[in-house]
Amino acid sequence: MTVTDLLSYEDALASFDPVMGLEVHVELGTRTKMFCGCSTELGAEPNSQTCPTCLGLPGSLPVVNAIGVESAIKIGLALNCEIAEWCRFARKNYFYPDMPKNFQTSQYDEPIAFNGYLDVQLEDGEVFRVQIERAHMEEDTGKSTHVGGATGRIHGASHSLLDYNRAGIPLIEIVTKPIEGAGERAPEVARAYVAELRELIKALGVSEARMEMGQMRCDVNLSLRPHGREKFGTRSETKNVNSLRSVERAARFEIQRHAAVLTSGGTIVQETRHFHEEDGSTTSGRIKEEAEDYRYFPEPDLVPVAPPREWVEELRAGLPELPRLRRKRLQEDWGIADHEMQSVLNAGALDLILATIAEGADAASARKWWMGELARHANETGAELAAVPITPAQVARVSALVAAGDLNDKLARQVIEGVLAGEGDPDQVVDKRGLKVVSDDSALGAAVDDAIASNAAIADKIRGGNLAAAGALIGAVMKATRGQADAKRVRELVLEKLGVQG
Amino acid sequence: MTDIIRLTAAQTAEKIASGELTAVEVTEAHLARIEAVDEKVHAFLHIDREGALAQARAVDAKRAAGEPLGPLAGVPLAMKDIFTTEGVPTTVGSKILEGWLPPYDSTVTKRLKAADVVILGKTNMDEFAMGSSTENSAYGPTGNPWDLTRIPGGSGGGSAAALASYQAPLALGTDTGGSIRQPAAVTGTVGVKPTYGGVSRYGMVAFSSSLDQGGPCARTVLDAALLHEAIGGHDPLDSTSIDAPVPPVVEAARSGDVRGMRIGVVKELGGDGYQAGVVQRFDESVEVLRELGAEVVEISCPSFVYALAAYYLIAPSECSSNLARFDAMRYGMRVGDDGTRSAEDVTALTREAGFGAEVKRRIILGTYALSSGYYDAYYGSAQKVRTLITRDFEKAFESVDVLVSPTTPTTAFPLGERVDDPLAMYLVDLCTIPVNLAGNAAMSLPCGLAPEDGLPVGLQIIAPALKDDRLYRVGAAVEAAFVKKWGHPLLEEAPQL
Repeated sequence: MTVTDLLSYEDALASFDPVMGLEVHVELGTRTKMFCGCSTELGAEPNSQTCPTCLGLPGSLPVVNAIGVESAIKIGLALNCEIAEWCRFARKNYFYPDMPKNFQTSQYDEPIAFNGYLDVQLEDGEVFRVQIERAHMEEDTGKSTHVGGATGRIHGASHSLLDYNRAGIPLIEIVTKPIEGAGERAPEVARAYVAELRELIKALGVSEARMEMGQMRCDVNLSLRPHGREKFGTRSETKNVNSLRSVERAARFEIQRHAAVLTSGGTIVQETRHFHEEDGSTTSGRIKEEAEDYRYFPEPDLVPVAPPREWVEELRAGLPELPRLRRKRLQEDWGIADHEMQSVLNAGALDLILATIAEGADAASARKWWMGELARHANETGAELAAVPITPAQVARVSALVAAGDLNDKLARQVIEGVLAGEGDPDQVVDKRGLKVVSDDSALGAAVDDAIASNAAIADKIRGGNLAAAGALIGAVMKATRGQADAKRVRELVLEKLGVQG
Repeated sequence: MTDIIRLTAAQTAEKIASGELTAVEVTEAHLARIEAVDEKVHAFLHIDREGALAQARAVDAKRAAGEPLGPLAGVPLAMKDIFTTEGVPTTVGSKILEGWLPPYDSTVTKRLKAADVVILGKTNMDEFAMGSSTENSAYGPTGNPWDLTRIPGGSGGGSAAALASYQAPLALGTDTGGSIRQPAAVTGTVGVKPTYGGVSRYGMVAFSSSLDQGGPCARTVLDAALLHEAIGGHDPLDSTSIDAPVPPVVEAARSGDVRGMRIGVVKELGGDGYQAGVVQRFDESVEVLRELGAEVVEISCPSFVYALAAYYLIAPSECSSNLARFDAMRYGMRVGDDGTRSAEDVTALTREAGFGAEVKRRIILGTYALSSGYYDAYYGSAQKVRTLITRDFEKAFESVDVLVSPTTPTTAFPLGERVDDPLAMYLVDLCTIPVNLAGNAAMSLPCGLAPEDGLPVGLQIIAPALKDDRLYRVGAAVEAAFVKKWGHPLLEEAPQL
């Protein structure tokens, strides 16, 4: 790999103003494919979920998946778009072995949704409005696996394997208008936009939008222009950037790379670029000497889509509470400050906390565990919070044990530690480690007697009415019972045995 | 045996239903006829002897068990090799699909099987239905039973020749610009292009999706109606299929009453450049209609003169995209896969070797017409012409019930005459193409022999979309009048093979 010259981020931004365009593909979670009845289940045997239509066999014809159209309209509405009264599918013609018909059934100049916006909140709470150009329906391609090459890319491969299970899975492509004015925060805006879009797609229930599974993929188009200039510079298109962190890194890298080229008197070539997770760099893909000619024309095998207005309004009325508004409501419900809510979001803890509440925990304790003990664990192990090996149900159980007085805080932390260590459910950890609070009098009584016997001076003070001195005896009992004693009961016993009224 | 093959489909079904004939007898008679004459005619690309006999036996068993039989049960049919048939070769007349065994039946195939029709085999055609003479078949041309040195029409020349040579009483065709009607005209048979969307396209290998329409071919108007009814109707697998009942075609074919109907003669389809004998027989047909009590008027459709030009932009554009899937990856021919070449090279070599000259010409034409910078001038303009032609029809049908014209400007020309002159070949479809562009329905039926060459002439009847029944009403009346006049059906004048 050749070393790419980069300008420092600060220097780049001192001279240039970045303009971005983000194209996000979302695989819809429909049960069947966009134009046939094949299953969309992931992980099946290669080519086991195919039929004449999604294999493009001679004579086969497409039929539009109504749920696919409905999902597209919901996404359009949630993005504040206008919904087309009449639109058509179009054929995008190009040859590639993983595309069965050698044209992709897509939409061209008549997208189902257009002219919208999405407000995204940055880490410091600032709201940035991203304008949406369009959202359109299309089908996914099959999957090529190149075998024999060093990098899994086609270059150097001896042969390729084709799996058409993915061919025909419904996709919605969401394209922003040029994002201007983000300045040095451009990479952050890109990340926040994709994050907000993902939340929105999930809230709509139209896709799980799991980026790591390829259910949501982002292309980052970026160009620089000198400050004060209207005209956009030449852009690069970084393809398939598949995590939030990568979106931010790709934008940042391209800003630095473009700036280095431009300040050294070079010109940016319009090209696609590959993003590399390992070091956050991009490398040149295919150079676009001239705009690719896809010879779009209206798909004659499908009839136009003309969603009735009443239906669109019905869908609008049925939209769930959108993520940003929901977050605002939760913050008010929980009575926490902006910065506290922001750290919940930054930690990726919101859904986990809500799931824990849904399992019966109260909001305060759910938040306490996820933002405290568990966030710390995630930090230490470098994992995403959601990947920490404990479920919301298990956290809720710990919280219930504390509320019932069966665990105190210290013991609860040990239980969580056990769950994270793979020792089983909270109840199993309690049993195995013997972590129950001891409140039964015969067991505690002996420990209290011992404490009184070996701290006679303190015991006298207490008898003399100095109740504050009781703390020392309680501490001694707790120590003797390795923290498992019910502190409240110990205090009662100490006072009782010394004949003092509490 | 000779008698069996000369029966109409309606007669055959009746005799099978009554027990006078068995379906196996009927099938064997046709298989024997194919054996006897198809070496000369070359109507078939593939004979499914076992499949046909199995279907025939099933029909006989059904009858023996007292189960009700459909109106075409046991009747043999020749199927154009463009409809997929599960496990039975489907080549579309192309080398690129040689040896392909489709894993699925077309909707039309399914419906025929459900109607207990016996599918004898697959018939020859111009490669991917592109042509008007069947000479573009990768498997050699078909001869016209009237004169084996002449073209049987195309693209469905095999189906029409099979009917005219009594190898089958029913056949299936597809009509993108005249591929059912023109072969019917030059072979003295009946062919119908139903309203676009009237017969499912699912499993019909696409040439030009917005123009392609499957339809019935037969020797009589009633037989065509029976077949139309069996294959027509809504299909959820074809989005462009019309969700409406099949028009009452059989009823119309049985009535054949044209009294009081208004019939328009299309001014732009006829006259200069048309063969004299064709014009003469057409004029006589119009006279017959008048005598039968119809009112005949002349109608002008001024946009029809642009139809051919528009067609040769739209059809190639769609075909350039539809035929992209033949890339050697999943089915059909694969050339040059020696382990060293890239997929792209193998695709290119396969398409180079697998497609014939006419198919390549149209792919190149269409690719060009859709290119950015040319799209508006070519594809865009052609779509506008299409709208104008549709309006011409709409306006005409405000004042008449059907339109009539010759089906083709000439009778069957000699094989080889136009193979090197694509434009002359394209002109063959001058009268039929406007119907495909507008999506309405049309029929061709025999109206006599041209005096100068003794070859069949076709009369074209055109009806508004969804009014296919009018074709059969008018067709049946003309047919009855001519048979009465001639003393026998026209085909009986064809030479013995």
